[in-house]
Amino acid sequence: MEQNPLKYKELAAKAVQDKQLHKALGKMRDKVGRNAVKLYKELPTGAGSREAAKEVRRKIVDNLDVVLETLIESIRARGGHVHLAETDADAVEYCLAVAKRFEVRRVVKGKSMLSEEIRLNDALEAAGIETVETDLGEYIVQLKGEAPSHIIAPAIHYTREQVGELFAEKLGVPYTSDPPTLTAMARKALREKMLTADMGISGGNTACAETGHVTIVSNEGNIRMTSTMPRVHIVLLGIEKVAATLEDHDILLRMLTRAAAGQKISTYVSYVGGPRLDAEPDGPEEFHLVLVDNGRSRILADPDFREVLHCVRCGGCLNVCPVYMSIGGHSYGSPYCGPIGAVFTPLTRGINTCHHLCQGETLCGACKEVCPVDNDLPRMLSLLRSKLADGDRRWNVKPHSRIEKLIFGAWSVVMSHRGLYDALTALARAGQRLLPRRNGWIRHLPGPLGGWTRGRDFPPLAAKSFAQRWARRSTARRGE
Amino acid sequence: MTRPKRVTLFIQCIVDSSFPEVGEAMVKVLERQGLVLDYPEGQTCCGQPAFNAGYRVEAARLARHYLDVFEDAEAVVCPSGSCVNMVRHHYRELFARDARLLDRVERAAAKTYEFTEFLVDVLGVTDVGATWNGEVTYHDSCHLLRGLGVKDQPRALLSKVRGLRLVEMTRSDECCGFGGTFSAKYPEISEALLETKLANIQATGAGTVVGCDMGCLMHMQGMIRRRELPISVRHIAEILAGEE
Repeated sequence: MEQNPLKYKELAAKAVQDKQLHKALGKMRDKVGRNAVKLYKELPTGAGSREAAKEVRRKIVDNLDVVLETLIESIRARGGHVHLAETDADAVEYCLAVAKRFEVRRVVKGKSMLSEEIRLNDALEAAGIETVETDLGEYIVQLKGEAPSHIIAPAIHYTREQVGELFAEKLGVPYTSDPPTLTAMARKALREKMLTADMGISGGNTACAETGHVTIVSNEGNIRMTSTMPRVHIVLLGIEKVAATLEDHDILLRMLTRAAAGQKISTYVSYVGGPRLDAEPDGPEEFHLVLVDNGRSRILADPDFREVLHCVRCGGCLNVCPVYMSIGGHSYGSPYCGPIGAVFTPLTRGINTCHHLCQGETLCGACKEVCPVDNDLPRMLSLLRSKLADGDRRWNVKPHSRIEKLIFGAWSVVMSHRGLYDALTALARAGQRLLPRRNGWIRHLPGPLGGWTRGRDFPPLAAKSFAQRWARRSTARRGE
Repeated sequence: MTRPKRVTLFIQCIVDSSFPEVGEAMVKVLERQGLVLDYPEGQTCCGQPAFNAGYRVEAARLARHYLDVFEDAEAVVCPSGSCVNMVRHHYRELFARDARLLDRVERAAAKTYEFTEFLVDVLGVTDVGATWNGEVTYHDSCHLLRGLGVKDQPRALLSKVRGLRLVEMTRSDECCGFGGTFSAKYPEISEALLETKLANIQATGAGTVVGCDMGCLMHMQGMIRRRELPISVRHIAEILAGEE
């Protein structure tokens, strides 16, 4: 499915009409989003849990080279293969090469946003390899030919009735809207695929360098079948999603499940890190860890944006974002949506291309407050906007609007001189008589301000400013 | 901070130009506390609209202007959480590389207060002797709440107003969708947030919504007026200035 962040405004305008979407997302907000902070506070670290986790992530990311080297060595020592992929194309090519060597005809996948980022499914399908998503939500959007609309809950935008219709159409089963029956249908279809797949691909939620394992959390158990049953298992992991020590790993894991799903721990936590050993009854013949950079080291190199790499991809910021709640995940035109997507996507796909993602939020700060690692996304959004305002060589950004720059420039000059500001206000006060009003407020504003009066009236300038009224009062008092 | 002898008013641009009555209501409340007020004539805007839109050079120009205007003030009080948040938290981002200005920024940050936090935290007052008959609901402005951490102060003040009953709305801390230039650039999204906010206000049955920021309040009022909804909008200063 084509995803285009330039269509943000257009897609959002449609999505704000979708009452069904708002209902589904509202449930996520009330059940998970607004409870996360309470759950963090129950941890031994108490009210300082987020700050403690942030510090853990900061240390890891600041020493990422050493941490990654340790992880790579530990995995290799256990007989696993590790590939460091600089780009999305490189990662895809590596996966395809492994698939070719094993003569893979069918791949089963665990949920992986990174695989969406590198568009792996398209490449596998193009190579004639059947690729089946096994996470129920991912399976639903795959059947529909759509992208996930939430980092954690890919099919959050669907009702059970819609899923029933989809299954009836695509799986040839009788229509039902009963969730257990629908789950059983998906289970049957997916079990057949899992038992006959040659290759499993999953995404790591985190990893531990010290012990050399990748951690995958899930609530459906499908990921275990993906990682143990096929002959070869590939794990995709963003280079930043690693913990240095087991202690760090545990701090992050308990924040992750709380933030992502309001759970103290997920139903399944899988630790993988190598092929089946002689004494083990199951597991893959070969294990591959693909560490994907794809623009991350460029972010790492910029101290202003490095913080975004602290993200643990819990999706928690989506669940409290009033903008995400109103426009849903598809509007962002990128695998990563919501506040985290609005910062991460521009930095990896281009700030100009993603200008809507940088500008299309209110900077309300709800995302920062819920983030398990206290990521200051509003700060980075604001900084991205400044790159768009003035251009930026390092990030190869062209000024987004020279006219807007001129307007703000002129405005700031006027506003830094009270006399000019008063003169302009007087002019505007005379000019506003020409604007249509109702009950005193303005119905239509010209030019770029017209966006406001599309659905809202605008306050007129008062006959006398506060400064004028104050001056009159002071004169009167002196006269007393 | 101890109780200052003299309080300097910062009446931000939109109150100065469009809602002067809000500034006057604040003056009334502060004068009833026996404070001597002054109002530097050169003041205009903190620069926040430019900053939020990404125009930092332009915002810095206004930040410097603010620093000049309020250089000698002992304590500055402003009827807006987001303007104070701009001064207290964002000015230092503008001058990160300028040690001399940074020093002035820190001084300005330390002495600039939002109206309700000044009353409660600095003066130690919650009962300002106001009367206002009716039910109201309170909207937590984003920058006031999450930027300055002001949540209880306005509620404490409202709880002491005679005749007033505060009815909390669902998600009073959720953004109204204003967001500065965002509201005009992305009207569809902005209006969607506002609709949710207004629905939550109406569900309380309170006829009046109270807030501490005219940005949010004029945004709400804009749609209330367009749709002729039966909600009145008040800045908290107007409530606290109310007499029998």
